[in-house]
Amino acid sequence: MISCRGVCVTLGDHLVLDGIDLRVERGEWVSIVGPNGAGKSTLLRFLTGAVRGTGDLHLGGRPFGALNRRERALLVALVPQSPVIPIGMRVLDYVLLGRTPHIRPLGVEGPHDMAAVHDALAHLDLLEFADREVTTLSGGERQRVLVARALAQGAPLVLLDEPTTALDVGHQQQVLELIDDLRREHDLTVVTTMHDLTLAGQYAERLVLLDGGRVVVDGPADEVLTEENLASYYGARVRIIQDGGRPVVLPVREQRIHDRTS
Amino acid sequence: MTQVATTVSPAPSLRAAGLRPGWLVAGFAAVAAAAVAGLVMGPVQLTPLEVVRQLLGLGSDLDARQIAIVEQIRLPRVVLGLLVGSTLSLCGASYQGVFRNPLADPYLLGAAAGAGLGVTIVIVGAAEGATTPALAPLAAFVGALGAVALTYALGTSGGGRASTASLILAGVAVASFLTAMQTYVQQRNQDTIRQVYSWILGRLSTAGWHEVRLLLPYAVVTWVVLLAHRRVLDVLAVGDDEAATLGVHARRSRLIVIIAASLGTAAAVSVSGLIAFVGIIVPHTVRLLAGQSHRVVLPLSILFGGAFLCLADLLARTLSSPAEIPIGVVTAFFGAPFFVLVLRSSRRMGATT
Repeated sequence: MISCRGVCVTLGDHLVLDGIDLRVERGEWVSIVGPNGAGKSTLLRFLTGAVRGTGDLHLGGRPFGALNRRERALLVALVPQSPVIPIGMRVLDYVLLGRTPHIRPLGVEGPHDMAAVHDALAHLDLLEFADREVTTLSGGERQRVLVARALAQGAPLVLLDEPTTALDVGHQQQVLELIDDLRREHDLTVVTTMHDLTLAGQYAERLVLLDGGRVVVDGPADEVLTEENLASYYGARVRIIQDGGRPVVLPVREQRIHDRTS
Repeated sequence: MTQVATTVSPAPSLRAAGLRPGWLVAGFAAVAAAAVAGLVMGPVQLTPLEVVRQLLGLGSDLDARQIAIVEQIRLPRVVLGLLVGSTLSLCGASYQGVFRNPLADPYLLGAAAGAGLGVTIVIVGAAEGATTPALAPLAAFVGALGAVALTYALGTSGGGRASTASLILAGVAVASFLTAMQTYVQQRNQDTIRQVYSWILGRLSTAGWHEVRLLLPYAVVTWVVLLAHRRVLDVLAVGDDEAATLGVHARRSRLIVIIAASLGTAAAVSVSGLIAFVGIIVPHTVRLLAGQSHRVVLPLSILFGGAFLCLADLLARTLSSPAEIPIGVVTAFFGAPFFVLVLRSSRRMGATT
């Protein structure tokens, strides 16, 4: 679904992505993790075409440069980390924005688009919110609206930039479960950036650890989330607990480690 | 919450934001009421029914002098008021949408000042003649577009994207500079100073259909282009990056809307002078009352903007008859308190700030 080789992105004078190689197969869930400033969000933005860079990128088997904006939008949907929510816009109209690539440039939506919006709202349990203004919703509800917009867009590849950052632990799980259900049901390919490593390991099939704009580790959660990796790339002191085959990342204070080792 | 609905019931009444028929009817009613009021009121009072019958060609009791007053004096002026008001409101609403700034209007961005400079130069050059020179719309357009381009260039010159604050500040600087140049040109040419000055204050006095004919082609182009972009403007409200992920060519769409709005503003300004406030007050009132979507705001701004300016012109020429108050004074004097009332009574006050 995604294939990039040697991708470099420079923002200002700063080389943010420094030769990224990444392959994501159809139907996979890949989480991009890494310390602040590693280039996670920039990589997602590169995949949508929002930032330009050098290197080779194929989406759905087609070279990215050969796709026009609409074709890209039909292929990739982005759930941004801090979206601009227009004031006064209803949930229904916001989700309808996802249909934009399906609508003629200067035309308006048809019954087919409204049906797709209805499906997306129904899937995310949002029908009762259809007439509410997005700005009046809680964080968890708002995140579901964003996912609904991406679903209405009908793109096989969904990129989510920190989908859980603003949510409490219950809503984090709820949103990630929803995304996983949608992925299975609609055969979506999902790429997320994640700060919460435990959640990343529990939902994604594969983790890609970025540091300094490079892929430093790429593999299943238990290979990526090791005490050594997190110490060297995050500068973090953690303990890894295995819970049903999935690693749980537990941050620990330096004090405790001294106690334990002395 | 985590279960996913497996069957989807047929769509209930999901309706996209759009123009409700009730508002459309209200808009046309306002236009009709304002137009009839503009036709029947004045130094010679006429009865609405007779005027309407006359215009519809049904025959009426009006005598030849009254018919001449209606058809040759008042009707062109009413039509000009409708055209100018609707175009200024539509352009204001579009500027606000495209810059995502509730304060954006032809005046803040320097477009009106640039148009003013262009028209002043043309009037000074043409010297004699009471009607608007035919070159005026073109000169105004060049001035307006140049001013907006300058504002945008200055607003983005710090590198990166134009923040709304830097854009507005740049607009104020550009407008001040161009107004200063305009005043200089105006003062240097004493023989045309009266003509320029009366134009600056804004007026809808028209010699027959000349001004209407001058404005109409530009207004039609502006309306068509801007109305065609009503849904795109809603998409642009989420920002350029996100709009791009939805398949919209954000920069190109913005540019087209800015050029069209500048064209409309320039054409309106070139025939009517600087009529402030219409481009801000009408779109915001519509937003507060009928909804935020551009699919609602743009068409209703056309209707209510036309009606508003038509009524303002009626007041301008009747309040201290036979003298005329500059229409810009009327729009601000009555428009501002009305707008404050709408703003205060609206529970969605935060929506415009």
